[in-house]
Amino acid sequence: MAAWYLPIPDSESEPFWNAAAEGRLVYQHCRSCGNDYHYPRARCPHCWSDQVEWRDASGRGTVYTYSVVRQNPMPPFRERVPYAVGIVELEEGPRMMSALVEARPEDIRIGLPVEVVFEREGGDDGMVVPRFRPAR
Amino acid sequence: MDRRCAVVGVAESEFGTVPNKTAFQLQVDAATAALEDSGLQRDDIDGLFSCGGPMMYPLELGEYLGISPRYIDSTQVGGSTWELFVQHAVAALQVGQIEVALLVYGSTAKSDLKRGVRFGDMPPAGRGPGQFENVHGPTLISKYAMAAMRHMHEFGTTSEQLARVSVDTRYNASLNPLATYRDLITVEDVLDSRMIADPLHLLDCCIRSDGGGAVILTTEERARSCRKRPVWVLGTAGAQSHLSMSQWPDFTDLVARRSAAEALAKAGVGINDIDVFELYDSFTITVLLTLEALGLCGRGESGAFVSDGKLRVGGSLPTNTDGGGLSCNQPGMRGLFLLIEAARQLRGEAGERQVQPRPELALCNGTGGYLSSCGTVVLGVD
Ligand SMILES: [Zn+2]
Repeated sequence: MAAWYLPIPDSESEPFWNAAAEGRLVYQHCRSCGNDYHYPRARCPHCWSDQVEWRDASGRGTVYTYSVVRQNPMPPFRERVPYAVGIVELEEGPRMMSALVEARPEDIRIGLPVEVVFEREGGDDGMVVPRFRPAR
Repeated sequence: MDRRCAVVGVAESEFGTVPNKTAFQLQVDAATAALEDSGLQRDDIDGLFSCGGPMMYPLELGEYLGISPRYIDSTQVGGSTWELFVQHAVAALQVGQIEVALLVYGSTAKSDLKRGVRFGDMPPAGRGPGQFENVHGPTLISKYAMAAMRHMHEFGTTSEQLARVSVDTRYNASLNPLATYRDLITVEDVLDSRMIADPLHLLDCCIRSDGGGAVILTTEERARSCRKRPVWVLGTAGAQSHLSMSQWPDFTDLVARRSAAEALAKAGVGINDIDVFELYDSFTITVLLTLEALGLCGRGESGAFVSDGKLRVGGSLPTNTDGGGLSCNQPGMRGLFLLIEAARQLRGEAGERQVQPRPELALCNGTGGYLSSCGTVVLGVD
């Protein structure tokens, strides 16, 4: 049984998590209406077309907003407080939630340029998760 | 012209810390008291509107209550659910599907936490859209905090301005003998309280309590013969935007902008006609975003707008007159209590916290999820 907080990949999300395991960040593009979006869905949320494709993201983005969590009773996060978590806007447009890592929480600010890193969660039985750190 | 419907019975159960009662018991206590308030009989109830438990919850609840309604609704969108229930109940009453609707809620959220059978911040598991968020460790509070952070960034809103909501709500609670917290607090007290998720301090957050409530609605014909002055439902509307935070297009724009405009239009009144406001106050930022969405002030202006104490009973915009979820009670999905307090204010039953002169129009706005869903109800008395 995987840890409670780990993603449970399904037929729509598996390519996303498989790409992450290979060190790639991907999002979806709708060939019908031209929108780019995340999280992955078999039909585009803007027009319900199934003519959607995966694209590689540059891995660059900016912090749209964030908070610093100072209280969380749930493991493993209770051992990590304080930590920053927020919404990253990819330079391709879609937004993702992400822990903001490899920085002190007080160094995070809205508008901060960030870049993707890939972290393993949940040990050897766990998964690779894309996250963001301040751009270098 | 649609048939008019009215709120004819309102009541809370015992609330605060109630370790010796189950959530079902709180509901039957509240329903009994609301029925008494209305003058209707138990057997008159033919519509049941409730949520808060597992799958098939309304069946469990109906069974516990010993009623077998012909109309069942268990919409579950968090705190705004109860305002949506009014929308749904009115629709069912207007077409004659039902004659008497019971909206009922109860939870032992506080005692459950003490008993260790509930985790305060536990998000859903890693299935579906949640798999893209929960692995990063956001807490419920941090999701609201992200909205506050964005509001501060875009508009220069300050922690002092957020705190003002808490301070004025506590003032209102000080006038309510049943409120859980009644001691006055200052802006400094809020800023000195522990940071939970930047920029929200402990006193920016609603309290957690046990408690239940019930509201009874019926048709105009029946309302005329009920015990108390009918509180007419003049307009209702609902709206939703997101559940995953990454899907919320604008963190400073609450969908109450849509639901309130629609509810006010149905009621045929303007926002400046409203005499008293009961606005979901899960966190101080929730109130600021709601004030802007209602059109009481412009985008980004809510921080300065509340700085003069206008939210107090006796102020120019009396809001959360019972002390709200910030100070009075908050068993989890508090939208039902907005309706109860609005009805009391309109009936002139609010005691020391009664808005003067007695209000004729009230607006309730529930917010659920993570600033995800809103339901607006406009109420009035003849
Ligand atoms: Zn499309």
